[in-house]
Amino acid sequence: MPVATITTVVIGAGHAGLAMSKCLTDRSIDHVVLERGEVANSWRTERWDSLRLLTPNWQSRLPGYGYEGDDPDGYRTMPETIAFIDRYASVISAPVQTNTIVTSVCGNDTGYAVATDQGDWQCRTVVLATGACNIPNVPAVADAVPSQIANLTAAQYRNPDQLDDGGVLVVGASATGTQLAEEIHRSGRPVTLAAGEHIRVPRVYRGRDILWWMDITGVHDERYDEIEDINRARKIPSFQLVGTPQRATLDINALTDIGVNLIGKFASIQDGKAQFSGSLRNLCAMSDLKMNRLLNTFDEWATENGLDDEVEAPHRLPDTTVEDSPPLGMNLTDGRISTILWATGYRPDYSWLDVPVFDRKGQIRHDGGIVDQPGLYLMGMQFLRRRKSALIDGAGDDARDLSDHLVSYLAG
Amino acid sequence: MAESESTCDNGVNVEALLGAREALTDAPDAAQFQWRATCEWKNGTHSNSTVEGYFGLGEEHKHKTTFTFDADHPEVFASEDLGATPVEYMLVGLASCLTAGIAAVAQHREIQLNSVIATLDAGMNIQGILGIDSDVRNGFDGIKVTYKIDADASEDDIKALVAQSQKRSAVYDIITNPTNVTVEVN
Repeated sequence: MPVATITTVVIGAGHAGLAMSKCLTDRSIDHVVLERGEVANSWRTERWDSLRLLTPNWQSRLPGYGYEGDDPDGYRTMPETIAFIDRYASVISAPVQTNTIVTSVCGNDTGYAVATDQGDWQCRTVVLATGACNIPNVPAVADAVPSQIANLTAAQYRNPDQLDDGGVLVVGASATGTQLAEEIHRSGRPVTLAAGEHIRVPRVYRGRDILWWMDITGVHDERYDEIEDINRARKIPSFQLVGTPQRATLDINALTDIGVNLIGKFASIQDGKAQFSGSLRNLCAMSDLKMNRLLNTFDEWATENGLDDEVEAPHRLPDTTVEDSPPLGMNLTDGRISTILWATGYRPDYSWLDVPVFDRKGQIRHDGGIVDQPGLYLMGMQFLRRRKSALIDGAGDDARDLSDHLVSYLAG
Repeated sequence: MAESESTCDNGVNVEALLGAREALTDAPDAAQFQWRATCEWKNGTHSNSTVEGYFGLGEEHKHKTTFTFDADHPEVFASEDLGATPVEYMLVGLASCLTAGIAAVAQHREIQLNSVIATLDAGMNIQGILGIDSDVRNGFDGIKVTYKIDADASEDDIKALVAQSQKRSAVYDIITNPTNVTVEVN
């Protein structure tokens, strides 16, 4: 098959790849966006049924595109999210080639050779926009789960009907774990939630969405090169948040109020018995303190900017309730638990990237998305260039910066 | 690094710790430490333990002094009470680890500590170790640590120090999470 030549190959037609495509078009860089499935593929195929975006509708701003409906404070359902991203691809006339699986990317004398199952490309620059959430990060302890218990990752979960009728142990208390714990518990399957480090926030604070505060106060715009410990910031778990029409707060108290059983971080399995860390009280206390610090910064900002009369009065949530002696063990062979659902995060899949850019932990070495290999760029990762980088709302600024860099790189 | 204007001094060399953190990020082998102790039975429940050498940063080290610790059980256990009870050493280890962490975190956050006092209580039902009731565990049924801290900081900032110290404490981790223990006889 002949090799097609082009200046830039963008891999992935989600919001990040499309935002980059728009910026490349604006800068007259000829490019193609290669997509393994359809536009917004992960949103179509890797999400549970009831999921809504965690960001309010107005906060999905992409270069040359944004929300135009009459519910700016609402949260998109998955079909709405897919339609939104799909329409963006049309509006910007993105040169997307769908159903094309990239099998390898290698560096060569003139740039990069991109091999796919639909023919090969030769290009000077490559933008990796394949997302941060390709492979569920399931801890090794999952291998020791007794065989009578069903193991499921959040990526495989669609709705409670998929599960047996027994009890469910949800591992992980960030956005995914708390949402699934609530949905499954309400389906009549008693849920135990194993909570490690987590970030608690109210959905609405002083009458405004928490992400409105993150945006207006500039927290979302904090840059990767201006923050004290960027490696740590890139690993901070997602906010405990859910997007519902009621704009409800989903925290551990909300879950224990409906009867979810709270236990510590999943530590190990010995002789069919699961063991949980005794650090639960500290993790909850830490989360409460962090939340209050964040809200304090919002209050200070509101006062400094004369906004105190426009928003409601400051308020605080009650501390997280943790029983005096949370259980440290659980028998996994007595039939009480029939499913373990791992909501323990994801990692990217770079198995097709044959370029020497990985650190000893398998992560790409990069400086704000400028990969440690000339002409290679990265998009859509947690705190790539800004705190908002992984959000739809964060793709625009990153794409503008990185496409500018790409243009200057091409100009030599 | 810019000259710090802070006058906070808790006696912790934070620059050295941060330097070590940076150096060991790129040298994971040097970060492998090994801690050691020896213990010799004396008589009855009395034993004497010694710590002297340890391994780290790629080489052997020695403490400036050889430290020794007598352990025994109290007279209510019909022992001679020639040293602290082993479980009390657990409390000592936890308290000193958390307290060191508080000082280090406070220094890093530029919080002056004036006094830090921890009180520890740990409940134990000795029906476990006596083999009376197999449903009762041998160890503590819980540990309560109460800090009394006087520092130039708000109440929430002091709570955050204590929380961060727990997050980074080795002994807290050893006690709150399972650890494989291998005991051999040679």
